[in-house]
Amino acid sequence: MMTQLKQIISVTAMNLRSLPQRLAASVVAVIGVGAVVGVFAGVLSMASGFEKTMLSAGSEGTAIVIRAGSSSELSSGIGNNQVQVIAEAPGVVKNEQGAILSAELFVLVDIAKKSNNQDGNVPLRGVQAGAFQVRDNIAIVEGRMFDTGKNEMVVGRAAQQTFSGLDVGSVIPFGLTEWTVVGIFENDGSVSESELWTDVRVLQSIYRRGNSFQSVRVKLESPEAIEAFTDFLKEDPRIDPDVYSEKAFYSQQSETLATFIRVVGYPLTVLMAIGAIFGALNTMYSSVSARGKEIATLRALGFGPLSILTSTIIESGALAVLGGILGGGLAWLFLNGYTVSTLNGASFSQVVFDFAVSPDLLVQGLIAAVIIGLVGGLFPAIRAVRIPVSAALREL
Amino acid sequence: MKYFYLVWKSIWRKKVRTILTVLSVLVAFLLYGLLSAFNQAFRGGVDIANASRLVTIDKISLINPVPASYQQKIRAVPGVKQVAMSNWFGGYYQDKKAQFAQFPVNPETYLEVYPELILPDDQKEKWFSTRDSAIVGRDLVNIYGWKIGDRIPIHSEIWTNESGSQVWDFEIAGIFDTDDPRGSTALMLFHYKYFDEGRAFAKGNVGWYVVTIDDPGRAAEIANAIDTQFANSPNQTKTSTEAAFAESFLKQFGNIALIVRLILTAVFFTILLVAGNTMAQSVRERLSELAVLKTLGFVNGGVMGIVLAESILVMLLGGLIGLGSAWLLLVMLAKQTAAVLPGLMLSNEALVTGVLLMVLAGIVAGVFPALRAMRLTIVEALART
Amino acid sequence: MSGDLVVLRDISRTYQKGKERVEVLHKLNLTIAECDFLALMGPSGSGKTTLLNLLGGLDKPTSGTVEVGGEALHSMSSGALSKWRARHVGFIFQFYNLLPVLTAQKNVELPLLLTNLGSKERAKRAATALSIVGLEDRAKHYPRELSGGQEQRVAIARAIVSDPTLLLCDEPTGDLDRETADEILALLQALNRDHNKTIVMVTHDAISADYATHTLHLDKGTLAAEATA
Repeated sequence: MMTQLKQIISVTAMNLRSLPQRLAASVVAVIGVGAVVGVFAGVLSMASGFEKTMLSAGSEGTAIVIRAGSSSELSSGIGNNQVQVIAEAPGVVKNEQGAILSAELFVLVDIAKKSNNQDGNVPLRGVQAGAFQVRDNIAIVEGRMFDTGKNEMVVGRAAQQTFSGLDVGSVIPFGLTEWTVVGIFENDGSVSESELWTDVRVLQSIYRRGNSFQSVRVKLESPEAIEAFTDFLKEDPRIDPDVYSEKAFYSQQSETLATFIRVVGYPLTVLMAIGAIFGALNTMYSSVSARGKEIATLRALGFGPLSILTSTIIESGALAVLGGILGGGLAWLFLNGYTVSTLNGASFSQVVFDFAVSPDLLVQGLIAAVIIGLVGGLFPAIRAVRIPVSAALREL
Repeated sequence: MKYFYLVWKSIWRKKVRTILTVLSVLVAFLLYGLLSAFNQAFRGGVDIANASRLVTIDKISLINPVPASYQQKIRAVPGVKQVAMSNWFGGYYQDKKAQFAQFPVNPETYLEVYPELILPDDQKEKWFSTRDSAIVGRDLVNIYGWKIGDRIPIHSEIWTNESGSQVWDFEIAGIFDTDDPRGSTALMLFHYKYFDEGRAFAKGNVGWYVVTIDDPGRAAEIANAIDTQFANSPNQTKTSTEAAFAESFLKQFGNIALIVRLILTAVFFTILLVAGNTMAQSVRERLSELAVLKTLGFVNGGVMGIVLAESILVMLLGGLIGLGSAWLLLVMLAKQTAAVLPGLMLSNEALVTGVLLMVLAGIVAGVFPALRAMRLTIVEALART
Repeated sequence: MSGDLVVLRDISRTYQKGKERVEVLHKLNLTIAECDFLALMGPSGSGKTTLLNLLGGLDKPTSGTVEVGGEALHSMSSGALSKWRARHVGFIFQFYNLLPVLTAQKNVELPLLLTNLGSKERAKRAATALSIVGLEDRAKHYPRELSGGQEQRVAIARAIVSDPTLLLCDEPTGDLDRETADEILALLQALNRDHNKTIVMVTHDAISADYATHTLHLDKGTLAAEATA
């Protein structure tokens, strides 16, 4: 056993030391694998970053009520009297004024993106006083909260950074109405940071929505309270709701885009990986044939086939891992934290998020690299030990 | 030509190596085909946009309604030929996840504005004269198997009708096709009157107008004239060409074209390396053979040409099979995605560009080895043996 | 049958090897008659191969003139030399230098690709050449399927297929055993006597040289004896 191990180590060392002679072919393999891991990390970090933003939005302690059958807030409608029903439901946290809730409604407005000066749909959401209480980890970080009854708004941090003209104090016109930005809020990097908030009464009046809302958010006494809350509402004939925890709601909203990116990303990576495997096989076959004499001599000297096999696979694996580190490293260097915004089909509005090249994504990439390296080295390794020694020596 | 035999035989010198290189190229062009088709389908709206059509929406947002009274005023603007109205119905048939487009429109006018929609006259008549009827596109019929005369319920997410239900009934009066292969027929058109009278709120409004103009060259001017009409009213408008409208929509998704291009660049760079390395090895191994060709009388340029031809041939071999596979895959995928992403196919342009890329890649991968072969001095090369 | 095919006057060939200048051939004069079979012998480094290369237009002299069949090779451009070679010279090497990816027949056809002949005509001439060397039944074999002697015959067939006036052989039997070597040398002799080919053969083997009509010795870049007609 020890001799086996010693043999493997010495042959592997020989292989790796002679690598510079086969530099060109080896570089090709490294770059090939690097490209695969780079693209893999790049595309999937998009999906993962988007999800992170969407999911950090949701708290399990908040419930959101929309009209039954609506796929998003935009297509939902809730009347004022229905809001009263919700306020009476069990499981809702109450203060002196009554249930802590926020009945909300949003419209989409066009604002130019700073990056390319093209217009994007941004949600202008009308909220009630409870808006800051039904959500976790939210606070005004600059300026102040808007006054009710005025054309004032507070904007989310991500929106302020991505779209033009949203600094505190700026005045921005939507249609014939001018709005003043009086504050900026942060909400843990969640999707609400891509929105503009104002008094819901003002919004209803300007956009002629009468007394209707799209959604109601309540603070639950505990995450478990959602069951009792939901049952009460479903049994009441005055209201026909769908109830979700905020977390579940946003997860559903992000599903389409995240799935889409993954459905494109994984097959793309698999295809590229297959291409990289061919590249690695090519490199290793030429490595084996370049070392033909060497291998034959070793075998004539008595080195067992296992050591030859293993050392070839290790060489291939080492090159692939190098490529994986290169590709993953570049992806992390250039893409991690890179902010983009795109259209979320479900809410028809822009969502701002960062690419998230997470450690676990990098690990997945490395695993892919190792697999490519192992497969790429296996067949050439088998060939290396199969050629009859005498024939190989004769080729001198 | 007569050298083809020599070139063909030469690339199979080391079978395994050539097969692996061809396979790498195959994968690269498979990706190229798929990504090109995807990118193009994405841009579908922009590419098939008609230069004589404008879209008028509410200035604040596409979501905001525009008064129905605007129709006459727009028609009165000089240069305008016809004004059709439309709205987003936002419905689905049976499966909430399988949404497709339904538009309430003014039928006669809409068909005038979209002449590429093809429908037999008798079906047209039936549609025009039956208030609660609709025409559906061929793609939808292929998915759902509907027939003329069927009554189908569509559940709208947005619009409740006066009876309090969100389910609207339609009779299928006709099935239409389009004469542009990139255009989508995964949509349903029905009567605006039926919609407006039936809905519980927002009556007297439309979602947007589609305007045909007499001179595409004056599009910007006419668009401006339309918007100026309503500049001081509570509902201001924003009019743009159909292409610009589709483009602005696309831009919201971010620069998809750029991402596709980046990925393809990475992929092509890699195969150039692989193929280049293969060609370099291949030339290095047979320096004496190439020298012999020169002793036989082959000129320097000729030997270089043979090496380049080999490189290009390897690219063509892998590339054509890869593109072919992409084409087959797309034909299968297109059926599945017709409702969501219509027009998923390899355009002629993409095919031609693909072939040009193959030739170019062959040249780039083979140029240095070819130059080496060309510069080979016979005496030195033969002396090596 | 009379007349000089090759005339070399005052040939010198010098190489730059690092800092040194090596003179391989020194003011050499040589005349070779038509239909002659000349053996060139000499120790290694004497310049035999260099001389052969000059005769075939593969190399140019540093000074002096090379005339073959009345044409002045020393002043031709490399493109013109290529054309001339294709038409007038056949080479036979020690290590055969056949293309491993082509069959015997296709190897022999190679020089004909440079002509305007159609594929049927090319195949016919190749078949003829192969029958002259006695290998018509091996036409479809690849070099790896042939013995050393057979490969050399294919090389000879390739050398004669475009009917050149001059055959240049560089140690043609160097890699063969005695018996096979004799067969090859007999073949060359037959080509010389029966097909009027002028042959120049470089060899270090006296027995091989006996097959030629004349022998010249080359030492340190000069000929030991002048050619006799």
